[in-house]
Amino acid sequence: MSAPETVVLESGMKQESAAGLKPKAEVADLSFYYGHFRALKDITMPVYEHKVTALIGPSGCGKSTFLRCFNRMHDLYPGNRYEGSILLQPDNADLLARGVDPIEVRMRIGMVFQKPNPFPKSIFENVAYGLRVRGERSRRRIEEKVEQALEGAALLEEVKDRLHQPAFNLSGGQQQRLCIARALATDPELLLFDEPTSALDPIATSSIEELIHDLKQRVTILIVTHNMQQAARVSDFTAYMYLGEMVEFGVTDRLFIKPAKKQTEDYITGRFG
Amino acid sequence: MAAVLPAASLAHRRSRLVRERIIEAILFLAALVSVFTTVGIVYILVKESIVFFRHVPVWQFLTDTQWTPLFDDAHFGIVVLLSGTLTSSMVALAVAIPLGIIIAIYLSEFAPFRLREVAKPFLELLGGVPTIVYGYFALLFVTPLLQRIYPELPGFNLLSAGLVMGIMIIPYVASISEDAMRAVPMSLREGSYAMGATRFQTATRVVVPAAFSGIASAYILGISRAVGETMILAVAAGMQPNLTFNPLEPAATITAFIVQVALGDLPHGSVGYQTIFAAGLTLLVFTLAFNVLGHVLRRRFREAY
Amino acid sequence: MAVSMQSVKKQVRRRKRWDVIFALVGIVALMIGVLTFVALFAEMAMNGAGRLSVDFFTSFPSRRAGQAGILSAWVGSTLVMLVTAAVAVPLGVASGIYLEEYARKHWLTDLIEINITNLAGVPSIVYGLLALGLFVYQFGLGQSILSAGLTLALLILPVVIVATREAIRAIPQGIREGSYACGATQWQTVRYHILPYSSAGILTGVIIGMARAIGETAPIITIGALTFIAFLPPAPIAAEPPFVSFEWLFSPFTVMPIQMFNWTSRPEAAFHQNAAAAGFVLVVMTLAMNGAAIWLRYRLRRNIKW
Repeated sequence: MSAPETVVLESGMKQESAAGLKPKAEVADLSFYYGHFRALKDITMPVYEHKVTALIGPSGCGKSTFLRCFNRMHDLYPGNRYEGSILLQPDNADLLARGVDPIEVRMRIGMVFQKPNPFPKSIFENVAYGLRVRGERSRRRIEEKVEQALEGAALLEEVKDRLHQPAFNLSGGQQQRLCIARALATDPELLLFDEPTSALDPIATSSIEELIHDLKQRVTILIVTHNMQQAARVSDFTAYMYLGEMVEFGVTDRLFIKPAKKQTEDYITGRFG
Repeated sequence: MAAVLPAASLAHRRSRLVRERIIEAILFLAALVSVFTTVGIVYILVKESIVFFRHVPVWQFLTDTQWTPLFDDAHFGIVVLLSGTLTSSMVALAVAIPLGIIIAIYLSEFAPFRLREVAKPFLELLGGVPTIVYGYFALLFVTPLLQRIYPELPGFNLLSAGLVMGIMIIPYVASISEDAMRAVPMSLREGSYAMGATRFQTATRVVVPAAFSGIASAYILGISRAVGETMILAVAAGMQPNLTFNPLEPAATITAFIVQVALGDLPHGSVGYQTIFAAGLTLLVFTLAFNVLGHVLRRRFREAY
Repeated sequence: MAVSMQSVKKQVRRRKRWDVIFALVGIVALMIGVLTFVALFAEMAMNGAGRLSVDFFTSFPSRRAGQAGILSAWVGSTLVMLVTAAVAVPLGVASGIYLEEYARKHWLTDLIEINITNLAGVPSIVYGLLALGLFVYQFGLGQSILSAGLTLALLILPVVIVATREAIRAIPQGIREGSYACGATQWQTVRYHILPYSSAGILTGVIIGMARAIGETAPIITIGALTFIAFLPPAPIAAEPPFVSFEWLFSPFTVMPIQMFNWTSRPEAAFHQNAAAAGFVLVVMTLAMNGAAIWLRYRLRRNIKW
């Protein structure tokens, strides 16, 4: 029930916030229930624009559950309940409000899943899916966007002469980059990554990490990872969760070198988890 | 105590082994019955058809446009019966395919859990009604009903039979299609919803294409069912061979013809007797082709997931 | 690219309209099925209810519609079902056990499995032709209850086999291993473990198969079951030793669906009433059997928690 301590606003950081560290989303007192089970407990934390925020913690701590609140994925299954709010800027819209349709939320927030899930369509049609679903008819615009998205996902060079072949023919790493391109094609404001590299080999993993680094200039990124080293490599901010609670949130470098809480330190140094 | 097996127990063991082998052999023979059944079917149909085709050249069988096997001036054009089978099947599929897929999509992607739990057993019950009852329904309820709309409709017609047959096939087609759709992994759906798609868009743009070969196999198997159906047609479409593709007319199908002949006197060894086997062989060839295609598709779909 | 919730609201609402439309269409489609069933049942009930009486069940068919009954038909059906069950259940269960517990990867096993799948799709009238050529004439069993029972047994064999296999497959491997570890032979494991635990699932399949067999008309007509039978097959009990007679197996006979077919084919409306009554009985029977099987399956799924 205690509010998590945000260790962000230290003396060094205040300068950065003066330099324009704006939150893209603000989570306030978020709780989530699977039926009667309370999976998330009063989480409050900011997600800063054009930054990569990582969620770490041991298995079962609720980080994926938390991530999926952002695009209302839980609404697909019966018996779930949200409490609290997630405010999306710049229009201060509460994503969890009753009157807000999950589809509206998902049109602004994209997601990349743990296991690449390309549709049984061609590479082109996979990326174009989001556009078509929104009713985009103009062939030219679609082609433009698809190319941009594939470029943004560092995949265009590899697939540009086989755009109309089935997506299944791609390797695991390529499929995941295809899924990223698919999410990028509709210009999301916030991109959610749910353990995006846990099913990939190290080479594919590092290419995705590089991509994430490049992407944050256009889009805010929230990434769940069970790999602490990845969080350290890739993110600007890190939140450590345990048993549904936000234990600590802070600048990545700080959190990993000198965590404020003993719990965090125990996890990071491998004493448990 | 010494742990050496006494001679008596060794003999016991041997007799046990023999018993096990015998039991296995018996079970194996039971399993072979299915093979014997197929062999029996092929054997008897081919055997009698060979005799038939000694009287009637194959070419004539395939191209003659009349079917009057029991007349003095006998004609044996199977096309006549095929036209009845084809027309009634087309009517049936025109009903079963759209309704079947709509019901399948609805149950798989839209319906609340409770409704599904009630609808699925209900569909099973619908499919379990004896076909003679459906035949009665077609003749004595559907036909008079249609006659109110279109008074010139003859009492026996392919339309009523086809419509009722279509409804009879719906549970079969819907069930296989729905299984195919449920086999599509949730991760694909989540990927679609995450892109901001609606339920309808996800169902039609992602789930149905992903389940396509499973759904196709459902329809092919449905065609096979329609082609092989007997009683609804025997009762409601009349048993007069009629080369037509107009469902508003009466006509005999291959199956109805076999029934008609079987109802009469069938001296063993007469041409009439052999004719039904030739007709049966034709029927078997068609349904077998559809079944094999349907199952190959279903297998291929299962392997993909 | 920041976009506000308001701007997407309208577009989303437009797209979601299709969700509602399709849900309605889906329900309408289901309703068509429901309505057909209700119409069918009601038609039969209304038309035939008047004829349903004890007399109806105890009279033979007659040229006078008012006096006709289904005695020979339901007795015939019962006897044929007896033969069918007696043949299909042992054969089907044995096949299922063999395929699940004994069969190795072998082309013969594949052949058997392909056959079973194929046979499930063969039209029932072809089974009738098989019976006519083989059972009635080649084997000389005549146009009898025995021929009919054998034919229907072969017809529903795939149903019983598939049900047996699925029931056996549901048994966890741990149970088999536990039995073998105690020193049991394969057959002992099957007899004391596999069979008992799968019996409910097998029973479900048998009921569904029998429900199908009761309603089958085409193969029985093809064998030559007569449509006007005004007598019963000889009783199975005889007055002299060995006190059991199998004459009834070789007797001519008729079954319920054929009786209904016969009455439906007559032009007189009075016979249609009889047909409706017979149909009503048939539908109630098959509904009851299918319903029992569905209920059994439902209870099975809930009760057995390995």
